[in-house]
Amino acid sequence: MNDFFTSGVLVATAASAIRLATPYLLASLGETIGQRSGVLNLGVDGVMLLSAFFSYWTVLQTGNLWLAVVVALAVGVIMGVLYGIITVFFEATQGISGIGIFIFGLGFSDLMFRQQVGTPKPVQRLPNVDIPVLADIPYIGEPLFQRSLLTYLAFALVPLTFLLLNKTTFGLNIRSVGENPQAADSLGVSVERTRFAAILIGNTLAGLAGAALVLQLGIFQPNLTQGMGFIAVALVYFGAWRPLGVMGGALLYGLVNATVLQWKSLGIIPVSISDLAGMAPAIVTIGALILLARRVNAPAALTKPFSRH
Amino acid sequence: MNDKSNNLLEMRGITKYFPGVVANSDVDFDVRYGEVHTLLGENGAGKSTLVKILFGLYQADKGDLLLRGEAMEISSPSDAISSRIGMIHQHFMLVPTLTVAENVALGMPSTRRPLTDLDKVSKKISEISEEHGLAVDPAEIVEHLSVGERQRVEIIKALYRDAELLVLDEPTAVLTPKEVDDLFVILRRMADNGRGLIFISHKLREVMSLSDRITVLRNGQVVGATTPGETSREELAQMMVGRAVRLTPDLPPNEVKESRLSLNNVSVKNDSDTLAVDNVSFEVRAGEILGIAGVSGNGQREIAEAIAGLRPIEPNGLIEINGSNVSDTSTRSRRDQGLGFIPEERVPDGAIPEFTVEENLILVDHETDDFVNRGLFSFDKISEHSSQLVSDFNVKTPSVNTPTSSLSGGNIQKVILARELSASPSVLLACQPTRGVDIGAAEYIHNRLIEQRELGTATLLISEDLDEVLGLSDRVAVMYEGKVIAVVSGEDAGREKVGLLMAGITEAVDA
Repeated sequence: MNDFFTSGVLVATAASAIRLATPYLLASLGETIGQRSGVLNLGVDGVMLLSAFFSYWTVLQTGNLWLAVVVALAVGVIMGVLYGIITVFFEATQGISGIGIFIFGLGFSDLMFRQQVGTPKPVQRLPNVDIPVLADIPYIGEPLFQRSLLTYLAFALVPLTFLLLNKTTFGLNIRSVGENPQAADSLGVSVERTRFAAILIGNTLAGLAGAALVLQLGIFQPNLTQGMGFIAVALVYFGAWRPLGVMGGALLYGLVNATVLQWKSLGIIPVSISDLAGMAPAIVTIGALILLARRVNAPAALTKPFSRH
Repeated sequence: MNDKSNNLLEMRGITKYFPGVVANSDVDFDVRYGEVHTLLGENGAGKSTLVKILFGLYQADKGDLLLRGEAMEISSPSDAISSRIGMIHQHFMLVPTLTVAENVALGMPSTRRPLTDLDKVSKKISEISEEHGLAVDPAEIVEHLSVGERQRVEIIKALYRDAELLVLDEPTAVLTPKEVDDLFVILRRMADNGRGLIFISHKLREVMSLSDRITVLRNGQVVGATTPGETSREELAQMMVGRAVRLTPDLPPNEVKESRLSLNNVSVKNDSDTLAVDNVSFEVRAGEILGIAGVSGNGQREIAEAIAGLRPIEPNGLIEINGSNVSDTSTRSRRDQGLGFIPEERVPDGAIPEFTVEENLILVDHETDDFVNRGLFSFDKISEHSSQLVSDFNVKTPSVNTPTSSLSGGNIQKVILARELSASPSVLLACQPTRGVDIGAAEYIHNRLIEQRELGTATLLISEDLDEVLGLSDRVAVMYEGKVIAVVSGEDAGREKVGLLMAGITEAVDA
């Protein structure tokens, strides 16, 4: 255990915690926006898998990392349009249609991988970008200011999402259609358009989360996410539908994850139970969820399709 | 243009079909500048449909709409709002988690696009509040406001949008009498300032006091137009229902027999674990109606739930039905002892809205041999039984297989009444039996309760409607802060005396 409490190891753990938190944070912020508008999207994991595969494939074909990010965004938009049509216009049950999107994403990314790639080949990873001056600060410079652009973007999106939800007219529309769509409708706010836009943003961020995951790892394999998208949905509840809370959840999850990995490599956790220890992040999150999140109410219209009659 | 003789709104020959029903049939209706024009009618008479057409929520199948003398096409609420039509809906159209200012700003263009301009909105709200006497704090979150304050926010929303024609769909349904008085002062002042108001209600006292003109709808048609000076409550009720209606029931003399329900030193805790019913004792005898009067929240709900077996009583208390101690028994065994129960909340406590009428009618005795044959339902028997009840109790429903949720409140109440009375209860616990129910249905329910009394049922009637309690009860028990502070006989129970007791004032009454 003493090996762990050295400055070098602690800094490395913090750095890996923030790196690991990035895809969760992106996906959870997107899910937060969707849920605040009253739409539950359980398909996040499927969207992440699709965007992860297609951005990986793009790098494999072209070697262009930024094109890969654009492809991931495009996958998110396409899935957003699809999910928006299903839930907003056909008023489908959200829980089930989200599961449908997940299964589609899981199956289609798997199929494409086997058809087009076959065996996992490593690709170029997203480079870390040092922020001048700040990157050289001892201890915190490495974990906070020597990260990839997608990590910086994810954390910048926390205050931006807060501003969007709480300070803009669009955010006011989102919150009202998530709480009382009838009231919004009676004031001429289009419930359909608002929800569709929120779904689109949410799925685009899920797409970006897939890109962040695969481009940080530099490799793809079937079911790469292993349920990360579902954790991202849980983190929204954990964070009580607030961007800052969601960030706290993503960081906690990343930290427990990074610590377990570090302890495994230092031998603090015996190999015999290392798979068991892999469950730690989920257990910690569920425990925190039970302790913290009970007092806050979900958006009142969450999962309820809207129609005038 | 603001001449009082001019029409602000004219609706001509409005017709609207819904599958299987004509909701509005050739309705003519107009509103002048500066008047309150009331639309009066029973539930389902077509009042709400008419104003929803005006507000763009429904489209008329036939008919013309003229606003300020010009033909208009209103196809959505935003069209209506930009034509300066405001609507106060029956159920508040507020987002409870948002502030007052956010609720008012919702859907309005902002001067700081894409950001909101809540400071400006708040300032204008304060101006409107001051001008119209609508006190409310713009920064307060709506779910922290009282019902009366929420009503004010709704009116501010309409005024903020500069509404000239204001529709108020049953705005008093949830208000206390004092809040209603305050609201009427505000509405009258708005009309005097030249606005046109459409007031929708079925409360005759209120209609008589607020209206300049009254148009009565029945079954989707205009059946009369009058003014308060030319008519009376009785005449209005007759127009609404289509026949003469007794507004207050007559209680014929009746023989009172043995005690059927008795409570001894019963105390009950409420949901927050404080004593809501404090050491109450009384009995109800065969052939009498004991009414419990009181301002809402003085323990009536808890005592009803305790008697029904839905809420435990404190040790040492005793509840007996027909002489047997039921204090700790299940709801089912109390029903087996002869208890019938009409709960306060029709839905979801009295009936399951998703179930059909037939299913709700057999909800209590669906396990008896009457309806079950070798573990399976005998659908023929069930539908025969249900059809009989539907016709006996005058339930207006397309069929016994209609989902109960699509019935009006009065008809759902009749379904519950049919279920409970068809079991020939020896003790009937009736809570708020006519709340939110049409005049016609209320009269019907009252007659049924009187009929039960003649059959020898012991009835405990709990109601917040003082007229109902006074009109139906042989004896009136007044509850105040969890205690029965007085029991007076029906003849002695004047409106004023019981009113004082309800406020907890016993001295003046004893003297």
